[in-house]
Amino acid sequence: MIEATSVKKYFGDRPVVAGISFSVARGEVLGFLGPNGAGKSTTMRMITGFLPLSEGSISIGGCDIEENPVEAKRLFGYLPENAPAYQDMSVGGFLQFSAAIRGLSGRAGKAAVERAAGLCHLEGVMRQPIDTLSKGYRHRLCFAQAILHDPPVLILDEPTDGLDPNQKHEMRELIREMGRDKAIIVSTHILEEVEAICTRVIIIDRGTLVFNGTPRELLARAPHGDRVLVILRGIDGEEAVAALEKLPQIRRAEILGEEEGRLTLALQPTGKGEDFAWNIKKMLDERRWEFCELHTESGRLDEVFRDLTAPDGADRKEGVA
Amino acid sequence: MKNILTIIRRELGSLFTSPVAYVFLVIFLVLTGFFTFMIGGFFVRNEADLTSFFFWFPWLFILLVPAVGMRQWAEERRQGTLELLFTMPISVPEAVLGKFLAGWLFLGIALFLTCPIVFTVCYLGDPDAGPIVTGYAGSFLLAGSYLAVSGMTSAFTRNQIVSFITSTVLCLLLVLIGFPPVTDLLLKWGAPTGVLDLSAGLSVFYHFTGMQRGVFDLRDIVYFLSLTALALMITGTVLKNRRG
Repeated sequence: MIEATSVKKYFGDRPVVAGISFSVARGEVLGFLGPNGAGKSTTMRMITGFLPLSEGSISIGGCDIEENPVEAKRLFGYLPENAPAYQDMSVGGFLQFSAAIRGLSGRAGKAAVERAAGLCHLEGVMRQPIDTLSKGYRHRLCFAQAILHDPPVLILDEPTDGLDPNQKHEMRELIREMGRDKAIIVSTHILEEVEAICTRVIIIDRGTLVFNGTPRELLARAPHGDRVLVILRGIDGEEAVAALEKLPQIRRAEILGEEEGRLTLALQPTGKGEDFAWNIKKMLDERRWEFCELHTESGRLDEVFRDLTAPDGADRKEGVA
Repeated sequence: MKNILTIIRRELGSLFTSPVAYVFLVIFLVLTGFFTFMIGGFFVRNEADLTSFFFWFPWLFILLVPAVGMRQWAEERRQGTLELLFTMPISVPEAVLGKFLAGWLFLGIALFLTCPIVFTVCYLGDPDAGPIVTGYAGSFLLAGSYLAVSGMTSAFTRNQIVSFITSTVLCLLLVLIGFPPVTDLLLKWGAPTGVLDLSAGLSVFYHFTGMQRGVFDLRDIVYFLSLTALALMITGTVLKNRRG
């Protein structure tokens, strides 16, 4: 549904987006990640035809956004960053206006407004002027505007920004639900959101694509992705490490902490580490070592994210010194 | 076409739900009355015509029309709704035209509300209908040109004050360009008569005075409409090449 081919954007001489290509199909929820200023919003603004491209092309449902903008714009709903809306209008008036611009007038318009307002829980504030709304309401209003015409493509710039935890949860459910038969792009800083709703992830950093794959593939890149943590009781650290490192499956054993007779160890598997935790448990049982905790660490997205987008580590260290 | 109507409806709605429209109308009507009767010397002239009424419009509009036009795009930029508007399925010309027509219609309403002055003149005497009709037509065209100019300055900035000041200056320039201080200056610099004529011909005042006296000249109408069209085209180009 969305096809971006070597998209570039310069502000003056400065490249903000330096050649990005990707595509999103129906049934996909694409997470669009990157540090602040990486070019996320700029890319979204180019996809939606708000900013002209410097180079490359973008098409939505087969319509080129630059050559056939009005047709392409019919196919998507867009929630811009900060959820703008006409402050002097009422909630209902604004939704009706959005419906009319999308060719939904009369009964169809009314039905569309009611449906979207229902999905976003806006029924109670329909007559209220927008400038009196709280941030969460304003956000949901702008989201309602985006889904009003039930478009096949949704482009959402930070859709859960400003929502409380319950609303966040609900918004994610809604996006996941809609992702079944729509093509959706979601930009976000919130990494847990990626795991919760996205079927695919793109990370951009300083205008270039540094990752494109599933959330699982992203997690697999985590540095401590499959290590096992155990907490042993009444065992000397050195002795335990020496014994454990003799085992063929364990590449490295590391003492993370030792206090009040509780020894925390991190065990790195050799190879892929299938059944690693299970084998360790068996080994501990055989030796009759008492343990009070044993679990496999799942990789952490923030670590991968930092790895992929860290501004040259060397620079940072120099800065500190 | 339908999109243009949708935009017009929204713009007018937002004008009339905010105090802007009412403040504008009240000030406009009070000022026209004041200028016509007190400064223009309507009664002293002792003639049943609207010369002292129409005479002030090029000046009055310099201050008042930019107050309507300044918010058109600057406000959209400031609120971020420009991004919303231009990612909806409408073209830039539709948006520009819709906003302009809404503002023009509003100024038309303001002009219409001055009709008690016409009734007064008709009551006091037996005025010639011609100058009244062309005078109103000229005022409406003049308001449209000023509005297009202030819409244009509004497209350049997100700051309404900057937009207001620049458009006021531009409109003032459009009036002064045909006035003796400017033409005399050109004469002193030894400009050929062609340039002098051009300078005078570009003046809003020159074209408006004709219509105000009841002269119906197609050239005046073409002048106002092309000035409006030029400003609208620049507005469209600026918005198309926006940087967010």
